[in-house]
Amino acid sequence: MQPVPAMPKSWRLDNKPHKFCPGCGHGLILKCLGKAIDELEIQSRVVYGCDIGCSLLSWDLFNLDAVQTHHGRTTPVMAGMKRARPELICIAYMGDGGGYSIGVQHLVGAAMRNEKITVIVANNTQYAMTGGQMAPTTLPGQKTETSPYGRDAETTGLPFRGAEMIAAIVPEGAYVARGSISHLTQLTRFLKKALKNQIDGHGFSFVEALSACPTNWRTDAARTWEFVEKDMAEHFKRGEIKIPGKKEAVTDA
Amino acid sequence: MTEAPVIEEKRVFMTGNEVVAWAALAAGADIMYGYPITPQNEVMHYWSRLAPRYGRNFLQTEDELSAGFATTGGVMAGSKAFTATAGSGSVLMQEPMAMAEMMRLPTVTVVQQRGGPSTATVIYSQQEVTLTTMGGNGEGIRVVYSTAGHQDLYDYTIKAFNIAWKYRFPTFVLGDGYQAKMREPLTIYDPERRGIKLLQPDPFVGGEGEPGRDRPPAQYRNTYNLEEELYEKIMSDMREFEENSADIAEYESRHTEDAELVIIAHGIVFRAVREAVDNLRRQSLSVGAFRPVTLRPLPGGQIKELAARVKKILVVESAYGQIARLVKEKVCGAACEIYSMFKPGIGIAAAEVEMRAKEILAKQ
Repeated sequence: MQPVPAMPKSWRLDNKPHKFCPGCGHGLILKCLGKAIDELEIQSRVVYGCDIGCSLLSWDLFNLDAVQTHHGRTTPVMAGMKRARPELICIAYMGDGGGYSIGVQHLVGAAMRNEKITVIVANNTQYAMTGGQMAPTTLPGQKTETSPYGRDAETTGLPFRGAEMIAAIVPEGAYVARGSISHLTQLTRFLKKALKNQIDGHGFSFVEALSACPTNWRTDAARTWEFVEKDMAEHFKRGEIKIPGKKEAVTDA
Repeated sequence: MTEAPVIEEKRVFMTGNEVVAWAALAAGADIMYGYPITPQNEVMHYWSRLAPRYGRNFLQTEDELSAGFATTGGVMAGSKAFTATAGSGSVLMQEPMAMAEMMRLPTVTVVQQRGGPSTATVIYSQQEVTLTTMGGNGEGIRVVYSTAGHQDLYDYTIKAFNIAWKYRFPTFVLGDGYQAKMREPLTIYDPERRGIKLLQPDPFVGGEGEPGRDRPPAQYRNTYNLEEELYEKIMSDMREFEENSADIAEYESRHTEDAELVIIAHGIVFRAVREAVDNLRRQSLSVGAFRPVTLRPLPGGQIKELAARVKKILVVESAYGQIARLVKEKVCGAACEIYSMFKPGIGIAAAEVEMRAKEILAKQ
């Protein structure tokens, strides 16, 4: 019999292993999120919302009340829920397509209004569930199914820096950070601070997590790791960009 | 929590949008999510003024997608939540309402129809019937009340919350720009004092205790992996919808018993039809009128029964055959002749209906 790996208390054990592909970043991000929830002891107050795309596979991953919504629409569902029941801790989890493309107006609206919810965007530089199309976050020259010759920045733009954009538009009280599956302790810390920001009622909290998709990237373990640590890191800096009460942004903390 | 908003039963003279806000208050609505679009704006205007006085909430969102999805979040949290929209806003609203259908979320949506397609006019039409009754991708698992005036707007907005929370079908109050903007006398009242029990909402999420330890987690999805899994889910919802259809369906009928010609219309157009029929009756012409109050589910049994009995049916609407299509589906197989009077995006007066009816009666 195989030994059972250590899982957060807030995870459901009855339906594991989870449904993500081998090497997928979602499992790691959600493990960090589970640990943050455990450490804050908020399991009975959290409602977890997930989007369309691979993130939807997490609708029953946790021992949390949960709702799986439409593509890009998790933010308004959780914002609406929070407005109706402020004592709930509302998390909206989505990919970069949901967060930065089809749902970007909701992300902007929620950020501007300083909605007291926590939005987590997993950035794997493309649409994974649909088979690996170009996303706003795709790196220059990166090959995807809809940029088969590599993303041309001239005609399709540069990788979208969502966390920086959110940091630029949020009022005081918001928390914005970018973590990575390559630095799990830091990512857990950011997620915990984001949730704490919501619990304390300061304002909007946002964490982008750099993730990996070896299935669509068609990468082996070594190249997957390199892509996250080197290629993505060139465009997406890890660190806390906005902390309530602090003026200056801290990068690569 | 706060004082009851409508304490005494009284006659008032209001615009329809104001009526909707008062009715939502009387129905115990907790929160409205909305986005500006004419002709429903004043629902938000009045609600945002009334809400803080009575401990209710309002959120103006970034668009109708957000307003609709935030409404689903509100009802899942256990609030009586509603939204209002019109026209192209109604089109965007179909995405969240499809989710509400799939997840059986008791949302209430007030639609004040304007001209279509596209931006068209901000004034009036009955062109959002197909959209409101059938929605987006799916089977139209929803309840739609078509109101004919301000008393209806008040009564059916209150009823919409009860029906939504009783059956957990997303529920719509379908008005129009005329009803939204004109003033009319009506009686407002506290529903509970009239013996109308207001249903208390149960939260979908955020119950007592720790999920996984004290209770199973409450987890909701709208995604299915297998054809069979989806089929089972839809068939079970449709069965429930059809089983309750006869209880939900409402209609109004006038002089149909001995009529040779029955005029079918819904919403405000029915008022012109009612007047026309009364005039025709005074001229000893055997004409009746029938109004489906619920457009979804349609009072199908009554329409079938009418079609089997009368020689001629005339469908009148401010659209090009949207209610007529629904009626024809029910009438299908009957021997009666079906005539139409379609005036998309424009108001209909009694005199025109009278003329058309006489024309039809003269046909052999």
